[in-house]
Amino acid sequence: MTKTIKLYEIAHSRTGDKGNIINLSLIPYIEKDYEFLKEIVTAEKVKMHLKDIVMGEVTRYEVPSIKAFNFVCTNSLLGGVTTSVSLDTHGKSFSSALLEMEVQFPIECD
Amino acid sequence: MLKIGSGAGFSGDRLDPAVDLVKKIDLDYLMLECLAERTIAIAQKEKLHDPSRGYDPLLEERMYALLPELDVKRFRIISNMGAANPKAAAMKIVEIAEKLNISIKVAAVTGDDVLNKLSGSFALLENEKTVNDITHKISANAYLGADSILPALESDADIIITGRVADPSLALAPMIHHFGWDLDNYELLGKGTVIGHLLECAGQITGGYFADPGLKEVPNLEELGFPYAAIHADGSAVITKPDNTGGVVNLQTVKEQLLYEVHDPSQYITPDVKADFSTVSLEEIARDQVRVTGGSGKEKPETYKVSIGYQAGFIGEGEISYAGSTAIDRAKLAEEVIKKRLGNADGINELRLDLIGVSSIHRTSFDEYRPYEVRLRAAVLVENEVLAEKVGNEIEALYTNGPYGGGGARKKVSECIGIVSTFLSREIVDLDRKVEVFKND
Repeated sequence: MTKTIKLYEIAHSRTGDKGNIINLSLIPYIEKDYEFLKEIVTAEKVKMHLKDIVMGEVTRYEVPSIKAFNFVCTNSLLGGVTTSVSLDTHGKSFSSALLEMEVQFPIECD
Repeated sequence: MLKIGSGAGFSGDRLDPAVDLVKKIDLDYLMLECLAERTIAIAQKEKLHDPSRGYDPLLEERMYALLPELDVKRFRIISNMGAANPKAAAMKIVEIAEKLNISIKVAAVTGDDVLNKLSGSFALLENEKTVNDITHKISANAYLGADSILPALESDADIIITGRVADPSLALAPMIHHFGWDLDNYELLGKGTVIGHLLECAGQITGGYFADPGLKEVPNLEELGFPYAAIHADGSAVITKPDNTGGVVNLQTVKEQLLYEVHDPSQYITPDVKADFSTVSLEEIARDQVRVTGGSGKEKPETYKVSIGYQAGFIGEGEISYAGSTAIDRAKLAEEVIKKRLGNADGINELRLDLIGVSSIHRTSFDEYRPYEVRLRAAVLVENEVLAEKVGNEIEALYTNGPYGGGGARKKVSECIGIVSTFLSREIVDLDRKVEVFKND
């Protein structure tokens, strides 16, 4: 059995910026959910989910020692922090866009 | 054991947490990271206008707050608040100490300014262009490493003021100096860089940029405590904050900060080392205490990264609000009006139109959504100020010429400084690296 949840219910995230590139960490609250996220939240899924934000490529780095992922997204700040005309020039808020992703989460059956 | 505190994570950061930190904790060093990508270009313009300026705008205020504490406890301060003019900053600090009747020795680290060392043929990191293509250059600064700070530490200066230095190097330098680490022991430099990286944004590891009510609770954000690291000679550390301050240090805050502004975690490149964050282990050992072990590194890169500031034009912006059940329809109508009036204007390449409250931040709201109130925003980046002003004027004109019930129009024009990067060989940069000491005795 599964239920539809949004990522923010099981994981947290922080955005960082460099030039026109953003990185989004994805960190499960419960470390054992790392394996589930590894299976489900692929670079392709993130690219599709963030299609209005990320105009470039998405690369996923796995960091098993701290049970976390790092998604690096190129061409995501309308030209870069310093010359962007967007409201959130740094993309500080993009982590919350990632966490809006819906996934099918397995639930324990009685 | 070595205690390094972090008293500022950006130029405009709060002043009081650093004072609280040095009062409550017997630190060996306090680092103040105050230099964003663009700050140095802005400071450079100030220096051209007045050669005695060009350092961080809050330097004086921070020093008036911290020097009396330093006089009592004699911790040392390391900061990049020198921005475009570390020497002037050092002299200003001596002047302030004089007024406060405090004996002080300040070292200024220079050599990061490489504007006259760039060759036009250098390729830029961000695009296919070369340095030659950047016509209105303001500044060019190499990210110096921890080794540029070491002579200043050996000079027993109380305060070390730098210009552009890689952020983690501000913390790594005192570790190298204190523990006598070799500059080619990349394993230890990698571990030290992990600690520097965790500290460099100050409150971002103690619960700032983190809280999400119901999911990630952070007590008393209004009095967020700033972090310090208790560091051992083997490169392990405990990250914590003073008691009776707001905020939290736990696995979650440390994990978020470890990956902040990181690309490949196994290759975090600084002038000191190619640090490997992917082998870091974290453990909560007590309330608000996280032990950091592991991490390593490989040989430092052969070049310095250089960031070039240039005059990129002017940003013109305008905003106006609509409210009520049909707010979004009127905001979209207003958007159409602006698009038709400005979208094809000469000199405007890209007209940015956002609906604040709907899609301005994520460029989508994922699902169909009708907000009670919405704010239309228009923005352009153009070559001249007059054209930039047009955007705000067009938004303002919506009061009487646009849909009904538009309110709270605001307009703004600001100068835009862009940043691009290139690389420069160590030999060329290091030729002019220098430390000068100023004192009042």
